[in-house]
Amino acid sequence: MKLRRSMLFVPGDNAAMLSTSFIYRPDSVMFDLEDAVAPREKDSARLMVYQALQHPAYADIETVVRINGVETEWWQQDLEVAVRGGVDIVRLPKTENAQEIHELEAHVARIEQACGRPVGETKLMAAIESASGVVNAVAISTASPRMVAIAMAGFDYLVDMHTHRSAGWEPELFFARAAVLNAARAARIDAFDVVYGNVNDDEGFLREVNIAKQLGFNGKSLIHPKQIEMLHRAYAPTEEEVSHAKRVLAAAEEARRNGLGVVSLDGKMVDPPVIHEAEMALQLADLS
Amino acid sequence: MKIIKESVVGTLESSDLLVKVTPSDTASRDIVVRSEVFKQFGKQITRVVTETLDKLAVSDGLIVIEDKGALDCVIRARVQAAVLRATGAREPDWGKLS
Amino acid sequence: MKNESEALAKLDPDLGPLPPFAGQNARTPHLASPDARLHRKVCASLEEAIARSGLKDGMTVSFHHAFREGDKVVLTVVNWLARLGFKNLTLASSSLAGCHDPLVEHIRSGVITQIYTSGLRGKLAEAVSNGLMERPVQVHSHGGRVHLLQTGELKIDVAFLGVACCDEFGNANASHGKTNCGSLGYAKVDADFARQVVLLTEQIVDFPNYPASISQDRVDWIVKVDQVGDASKISVGAARVTNNPRELMIARRAADVIEHSGYFVEGFSLQTGSGASSTAATRFLEERMKKKNIAASFALGGITGGITDLHKKGLIRAVVDVQSFDHDAAESLRTFPGHIEISANEYANPTSKAAYVDRVDVVILSALEIDLDFNVNVITGSDGVMRGASGGHCDVAAAANLTMVVAPLVRSRIPTVVRRVTTLVTPGESVDVLITDQGIAVNPARPEIEKRLREARLPVMTIEALHEKAVALTGEPEPLEFTERIVGVIRYRDGSVIDVVRQIAS
Repeated sequence: MKLRRSMLFVPGDNAAMLSTSFIYRPDSVMFDLEDAVAPREKDSARLMVYQALQHPAYADIETVVRINGVETEWWQQDLEVAVRGGVDIVRLPKTENAQEIHELEAHVARIEQACGRPVGETKLMAAIESASGVVNAVAISTASPRMVAIAMAGFDYLVDMHTHRSAGWEPELFFARAAVLNAARAARIDAFDVVYGNVNDDEGFLREVNIAKQLGFNGKSLIHPKQIEMLHRAYAPTEEEVSHAKRVLAAAEEARRNGLGVVSLDGKMVDPPVIHEAEMALQLADLS
Repeated sequence: MKIIKESVVGTLESSDLLVKVTPSDTASRDIVVRSEVFKQFGKQITRVVTETLDKLAVSDGLIVIEDKGALDCVIRARVQAAVLRATGAREPDWGKLS
Repeated sequence: MKNESEALAKLDPDLGPLPPFAGQNARTPHLASPDARLHRKVCASLEEAIARSGLKDGMTVSFHHAFREGDKVVLTVVNWLARLGFKNLTLASSSLAGCHDPLVEHIRSGVITQIYTSGLRGKLAEAVSNGLMERPVQVHSHGGRVHLLQTGELKIDVAFLGVACCDEFGNANASHGKTNCGSLGYAKVDADFARQVVLLTEQIVDFPNYPASISQDRVDWIVKVDQVGDASKISVGAARVTNNPRELMIARRAADVIEHSGYFVEGFSLQTGSGASSTAATRFLEERMKKKNIAASFALGGITGGITDLHKKGLIRAVVDVQSFDHDAAESLRTFPGHIEISANEYANPTSKAAYVDRVDVVILSALEIDLDFNVNVITGSDGVMRGASGGHCDVAAAANLTMVVAPLVRSRIPTVVRRVTTLVTPGESVDVLITDQGIAVNPARPEIEKRLREARLPVMTIEALHEKAVALTGEPEPLEFTERIVGVIRYRDGSVIDVVRQIAS
């Protein structure tokens, strides 16, 4: 199971960052051709990202390219470099509806065929940045077998909603988060929480991480490498959780050996989802 | 590809390079490399630039590189972008990306 | 009383003739008048002090570097020496910084013809690397400098020591006063060894001035000057933890290594450099110390606000300071009795009767280059130009129980791990662990450390593997070309020659 806790944003036009971001070992690295790159530099950034995708340093990190939206003049060229460059996932910003995913999918398939890449290999993810996107989250998440994740993008969404970010439990994002998360779970894909923009506020970042973790998000989009370590540590299971997980798996193993259909631990029944959760906990513990 | 106008790509930030391409009036190809790490990597940088130009079939023009310690992949990308802008091409030949 | 000289001379011929008493101040005229007794040291000008010191062409003048990039003493004095027509002087400064670039002119004009220093930077270093001086620069470590003074190779004729305040007898410190740079660890040594000591002070305060980092009994002349240092360049302010993700990553790894090294026990001792990774490492260590409920017996250095902060919190019991790197450290020296000032001799001299470096458990150092044998270069850049300082590097590396070097694997396109260092300053046998942002390498001579770090699941690999990673990114650099001419001599702490720096081929 691919862990997707940290997705690090890397501006596609920034030579220094492209040359060093692999060092921080995020679960996924997202090369950005959209908001981080000025219109005049889209062509140059595209070629930089193509080189980065092919570079051995990124060979064992999941790569993502955020292309420009389908309403722009750039998205198809972005797809050419992304798909030909071997990207793992294409991230579509400002996804409004399932139709956009279908359009995207068609172009990706065309390029895969043209460059000899196995058709279906390039995966997709959608960023929800508006009320429409939130409302269409289920349709978007199930729009294609290539969909592997859906991300909540806070900034543009809040503008669309005529409100702004607050502290505490952030009520202004509650419904959007819940909608996106439920859509992701229904479609059995991963869900990413919003970017936390204030890199100097570690406390605020961790507060938000805990909200996301408690809600059930797989991970979060990050804009600064130092957030990776903090996020991974917050997501790491506690020692208690780890030892409990080990006991659950031992009980499951024992039941299997004895040919029993039902697993029990401490007199309580242990359902398959609990066993799966125990496996995830150990996987997370292993990697922290 | 034919260089028909001047173009500038890149920045002088650390790990990046500035590439300036100008049409040549002498039908020759001239490459000028200035680098912070010229002693250690001057030859290597020149080779990457030359190879990139060859692959794009650029046979004449003045290409000036101001390098701030960029890795080969960055050099390749910036030179490609500068050449493409200088040829006035709308899009690169996607099948020929390298 | 009658003259017994003759009789005494017969009884004790080896003693030589003893003069008979001739009056209370007959043999100490400098104490004869109250004016002379109390005020004789204060000179009206630097020119007067220079004259009174008896400085002549060909002699050696010395300075300390506690004011770092804000130092004004070296140039103020050397400018005067040039004006007064001095020639062929040896300049022995405990270190030299970028602000000393104007010395190039004085070298060209023949005022200075030999340099002893622990480091040089900027245009001065570039010029020297390109063959400015006929005689090669002698580059020594902090401890090594004291050793050279003890053996007599380095003989200071006149020491010009900048202090924040002193009284008219010469009791001086830099922990109080306006331009307080903190510890005068290097100046103390010069005050002990120089034939003549001239203090340059911003304030002459009431007698007695205390504490006396330099005592009145070592001081010959005192001159009041407007500025000994630029306060803004000494005071870096509170050591804020960096946001630079690479420095943070390296710092966290360094703390992890210390935690699992086997040396992380109650009462351990440490030393950290001034780099951002070192400062950040102290923050990460703090969490681990609190969790394990241990405190350090002392921290040595090179002291930053990060260290004194832990001292305030009771996590470091004593702070042993040879140089204060920032304003917080200087303030702490003044305020806390547990923060003590020591001399370079007490700090790191290998032939001192006792040196603090020998009691250090773990030390975090930096490097410009480190090679496959763990040899470290902190002096020359990868272009062969001098741009750093030997400092206390080889001193504490040799002595500490666990010597850790932290550095990014690659700086832009320059690999830190190389086949062979451009200049050898600290031998590989002194270095135990290399910590980079892309992996950790342990010296094969410390298999028990490697085992512990691997068991803690830290990213340990061979230094060859790290080197390959670096070269895979940057490409293999062309070897540098040098001429035969030697422009710098790297002196190991015991005075031996460990390497030379040659002039770069143009």
